[in-house]
Amino acid sequence: MSDKLIKYTVSIYTENSVGLLNRISAIFQRRHINIESFNSSMTEIENVQRWTILVITSESLIKKIVGQINRQVEVIQAYYHTDEETIYQESCLFKIKSSLLFDDRQIQNIIKESNAIIVTVNPEFFVIEKSGRTHELDELYEKLNKYGILQYVRSGRIAVTKSPLMISEKLSNFKK
Amino acid sequence: MSKITGSEAVIKCLLEEQVDIIYGYPGGAIMPVYDELYKYQDKIHHVLTRHEQGATHSAQGFARISGRVGVAIATSGPGATNLVTGLADAQIDSTPMVCITGQVSSHLLGSDAFQETDIIGISTPITKWNYQITKASEIPEIFAKAFYIAKSGRPGPVLIDITKDAQFDKIEFSYKKVEAIRSYNPEPKISPDALKNAADLINNAKKPLIVWGQGVILGNAENELIKFVEKSGIPAAWTILGASAIPTNHPLNVGMLGMHGNYAPNVLTNECDVLIAIGMRFDDRVTGDVNRYAKQAKIIHFEIDPAEVNKNIQVDIAVLGDAKKSLNEILKITNKKTHKKWLNEFKKLYKIEYEKVIHNDLNPVKDGLTMGEVMKEINLQTKGNAAIVSDVGQHQMIACRYSDFNISKSNITSGGLGTMGFALPAAIGAKMACPEREVVAVIGDGGYQMTIQELGTVFQTKAAVKIVVLNNDFLGMVRQWQQLFFDKRYASTEMVNPDFVKIAEGYYLKARRVTERKDLADAVEEMIKSNEPYFLEVIVEKEDNVFPMIPTGSSVSEIRLN
Repeated sequence: MSDKLIKYTVSIYTENSVGLLNRISAIFQRRHINIESFNSSMTEIENVQRWTILVITSESLIKKIVGQINRQVEVIQAYYHTDEETIYQESCLFKIKSSLLFDDRQIQNIIKESNAIIVTVNPEFFVIEKSGRTHELDELYEKLNKYGILQYVRSGRIAVTKSPLMISEKLSNFKK
Repeated sequence: MSKITGSEAVIKCLLEEQVDIIYGYPGGAIMPVYDELYKYQDKIHHVLTRHEQGATHSAQGFARISGRVGVAIATSGPGATNLVTGLADAQIDSTPMVCITGQVSSHLLGSDAFQETDIIGISTPITKWNYQITKASEIPEIFAKAFYIAKSGRPGPVLIDITKDAQFDKIEFSYKKVEAIRSYNPEPKISPDALKNAADLINNAKKPLIVWGQGVILGNAENELIKFVEKSGIPAAWTILGASAIPTNHPLNVGMLGMHGNYAPNVLTNECDVLIAIGMRFDDRVTGDVNRYAKQAKIIHFEIDPAEVNKNIQVDIAVLGDAKKSLNEILKITNKKTHKKWLNEFKKLYKIEYEKVIHNDLNPVKDGLTMGEVMKEINLQTKGNAAIVSDVGQHQMIACRYSDFNISKSNITSGGLGTMGFALPAAIGAKMACPEREVVAVIGDGGYQMTIQELGTVFQTKAAVKIVVLNNDFLGMVRQWQQLFFDKRYASTEMVNPDFVKIAEGYYLKARRVTERKDLADAVEEMIKSNEPYFLEVIVEKEDNVFPMIPTGSSVSEIRLN
């Protein structure tokens, strides 16, 4: 098994339970693996949470880690996938001084070319939202940073897998 | 329906789970539960240990000898943090245990109230599951879940933290045992393909070796293992937590694996063609250097916990599932065979080990007593029917190597965590779980003093444990390493010890000290014949070493005989 370090998206379906995050993060911490990004959200199934964790590690390690995550009582199922196996996105918000929009027309072009969305505009500031791949968000940041950004925030990765995960089937099997 | 308090509900939950003995220590935040324990003392025997750590080890000893869930109870803050070592020990050794802690009232949580500690946060990585109850109405469901999780699948410790207000609040009590949790799959289904592939390898093997661990004992699969071993004719070796699953004198039992295990099974691990691991987890103390472990062999792993497969050692076939069921299945498709020539190789190597190590350990001619001859005498006097509870260190390795076991669940020791101080409280728990069994605690002078206060528990409960302290006035195992790997720089390993006999007598226990070989047999006989707790100190040679030994970083086949 490969020891090459690459990005893995770990997707964990869990019960909605206080304290489980502690348990999962301890599994990464014990092996000194830094969590690059983390996202927790609802899912297509009622009362089931989905965590999306981005880590950089080797296949041999991620396999063991996901095994140890799956062992936790409140984890319904955990998976790991490479970038090629998932459709993934991140999202970010930029808060920028409104005056710049008029002082420097180039900003309007940047917004248009990047397919970013203007969320709100008021006399003091405006907010742009951009979703996409990591490098697309990075590019937009580089371009806007030249003009000055008041606030910048970025979400963790969210991802769906190309192959089916069958969580609903697993849960409905339990009821039988 | 009339309402009861949360604390009474706790007691009723314990009764629903057939708990009749618990170990603990009272304190402010758990007082309502203790008040109920007082009312229910005819149904639940609460054993007051002298330290909360002792309560956890007693609960562990109880669980390890009986297979039942051990229960320990403590107050919040320091009471709760004192459970940590026992929880970690139970987690790594897969011991079913439920720990109950009191907690400050829910409105005070997070405020650094008196004796508040985040025991949920602290215990998370060392429990199979934990939960903080803040409402009395949660008590029945959470207790049912806790007992189910502790004992199902690969067992482990569970901690329930209960706020004081939840103990006082009133609820209508009804209890329903938990038999399944949708996110939890304790027992993977056995794959018929994996079984068939395993059987093909086993049936065609020329030099197969079975290595079994505690999974066999936890799965009550001892008889199935014996049948499988006898039908297949395959020599079988054990990890220290697997000890006693097959009687010591069984002709196919080829001994102990690992760092201080027997010569033959370690050397031949690197010569077998098929290695059949059953309910064991390839701990580093068993494998030595993993890069030079059984590389020539095909490896089959029977295992209930999928996370253990390919964790330390890459295997060729994994048969997931409960050991009892898997062994029953594999038995049906295993050919009847003998491996006489292969078994002779074990006998040859045993002979070498006997001449170079065992003979001198058991029949020393020098003046000083050896730990081995003490174990030999205990074997003689108990006829191999005792449960041996050992602590951690040289004496533990000697006890595991030389104890005769006729009965399963009889080797109770701290394996994965190596917790000094385990044995005395664990022996108390074991004796209470099985009062009809002879329970002998074998302890070093170092570990003994880590939980020596539990002599008070022995005295108060009259639990008739037999306590043997093998005293060399050293932290012997660390000293051995200092001798071998640190040029005899004995940094902080020599102990100036008190008069252990007087201490035992201070607790009104029968006590005796042996300093010469001529008195040993008589003293052990007196101890075993005693119907009361008995303390025996044996002064052993100060600087004896335990051999064989696989030095750290070496391969199992590089095991040293001196």
